[in-house]
Amino acid sequence: MNFDLRLPLGLIFSLYGIILIGTGLTSTPEMVRQTLGQNVNLTWGVVQLLFGLAMLLLSRPRK
Amino acid sequence: MVFLAIFMMPFYYGSKARSVPEYLKLRFDEKTRGFNAISFAAMTIFSSGISLHALAKLLETLVHWNYWTCIAVSALIVLVYIFLGGLTSAIYNEVLQFFMIVMGFAPLVYLALQDAGGWTVLKEKLVPVATSQGYAAGTWSQSWAHLGNPIENPMGVGWFGMVMGLGFVLSFGYWCTDFLVVQRAMAADSMSAARRTPLIAAIPKMLFPALVILPGMVAIALHQESGGHLLPTTADGTPDFNMVIPTLLAKYLPTGLLGIGFTALMASFMSGMAGNVTAFNTVWTYDIYQSYFAPNKTDSHYLWMGRFATVFGIVVSIGAAFLASQFNNIMDMLQLVFGFVNAPLFATFLLGMFWRRATGHGAFLGLIGGTTAAAVFHGLALAKGCMPGIKGGWLKPIFSFQSEMGQNFWMAIVAWSACFGLTILVSLCTRRTKSDAELQGLVYSLTPKPQSKDEAWYKRPVLVGVLVMVAVIILNLLFL
Repeated sequence: MNFDLRLPLGLIFSLYGIILIGTGLTSTPEMVRQTLGQNVNLTWGVVQLLFGLAMLLLSRPRK
Repeated sequence: MVFLAIFMMPFYYGSKARSVPEYLKLRFDEKTRGFNAISFAAMTIFSSGISLHALAKLLETLVHWNYWTCIAVSALIVLVYIFLGGLTSAIYNEVLQFFMIVMGFAPLVYLALQDAGGWTVLKEKLVPVATSQGYAAGTWSQSWAHLGNPIENPMGVGWFGMVMGLGFVLSFGYWCTDFLVVQRAMAADSMSAARRTPLIAAIPKMLFPALVILPGMVAIALHQESGGHLLPTTADGTPDFNMVIPTLLAKYLPTGLLGIGFTALMASFMSGMAGNVTAFNTVWTYDIYQSYFAPNKTDSHYLWMGRFATVFGIVVSIGAAFLASQFNNIMDMLQLVFGFVNAPLFATFLLGMFWRRATGHGAFLGLIGGTTAAAVFHGLALAKGCMPGIKGGWLKPIFSFQSEMGQNFWMAIVAWSACFGLTILVSLCTRRTKSDAELQGLVYSLTPKPQSKDEAWYKRPVLVGVLVMVAVIILNLLFL
């Protein structure tokens, strides 16, 4: 059996990243105060998106 | 895990066994395997029940359903996805949930630590928590300095119980014989890959304390500071430690990240349950049903049996989940179950792999003796403040422990020693039934040493193993 997890990992984290960035861009000042004045949704969304894209890049079939 | 990779994996992988009980059959005899298969099946059910309980608890806080509805819904989801995907989906979910936990918890740890004022301030804040309960000032932030006597630390465990019980018997027993870990490695495509598996797994494992223990420490500090209002309390007024992570998630993470954090937790409990249920159905179908009840049936017959075992396993897990809800800390129950099953098993493996004189009768009686010793000890010992019953003392509470954890560690030590001693004794009294040739590939001294010289340095198991050990020692010194 061959368990290649790069594609599912890449897809799921890219999706999460996009959702988080979206939430981060539209979040109210109140939500930002809850997280000690930082827009964690936005920053962490970028991190997850990058991780997801890196995994997708790795999952491309090699020539 | 390093020990598993370097010393034990060559035999697991080399023996071509599909499961731990099957290895025992090749090395010892049929009855050892049978006994082990049964106790293993019991253990997977308990572990799966614990995951189910945790999952239901989480759903309960999240959507405010009744506890039993949550149990039923969780069990149903797991059932459906095992049916649809089997072992493949269980493995996929396992890896995915690992990444999700890391990705979901990292911001939580960062925010919680920042709210507490950083590591140094956190340590200062934990001082009043410790002194108010009558412990020395550093008990909550130093891991080793207060293990001199069980009453000096909140876990109620002395250094001997800690090192021998948890460090040696339970940890080695878990990592070296655990079905889930070993089975994944057996699916590897080469000996070298099989030996690397536990080593690669050991690296993130070192960082896990930061993800799991740090939020706990912050929670305790803030709980004290806020006058006891942060954590939900159980019926008798003590904080409910199982709910630390869900509470912190809800406190620190905003909508968005919060969803990911909870998804990660649910995925992790589900994969815990699915992994154990699939292990149960493998052990039941191959090692018990096919071997003893109905050999030589068609594949479709066994497939049908495997499905039946899955349903059965999930139903019994619900019962085990009920038992888990009786413990105020699910870790206590987990260690209790491991004490019964893994502790004696580890002694058997140690002797089986490194001592060619160990015989089938010896291993069989040793295992029975170890489990019986655990049961008797469980019946005689009781932690302070507990009622006799499932937590111990059902024979007559003679030994008293500061905590359930301390009791579990000592039970593991007793079970391991009983099995170790009895196996040696009986082996010396009985004749060997397997010749050296039959044991080749199964016993250390009779197996040619694996060669892995021409690979890149990061692929050599021994070298990577040493590096991992050094890193662990440095981490321990930092938090002495």
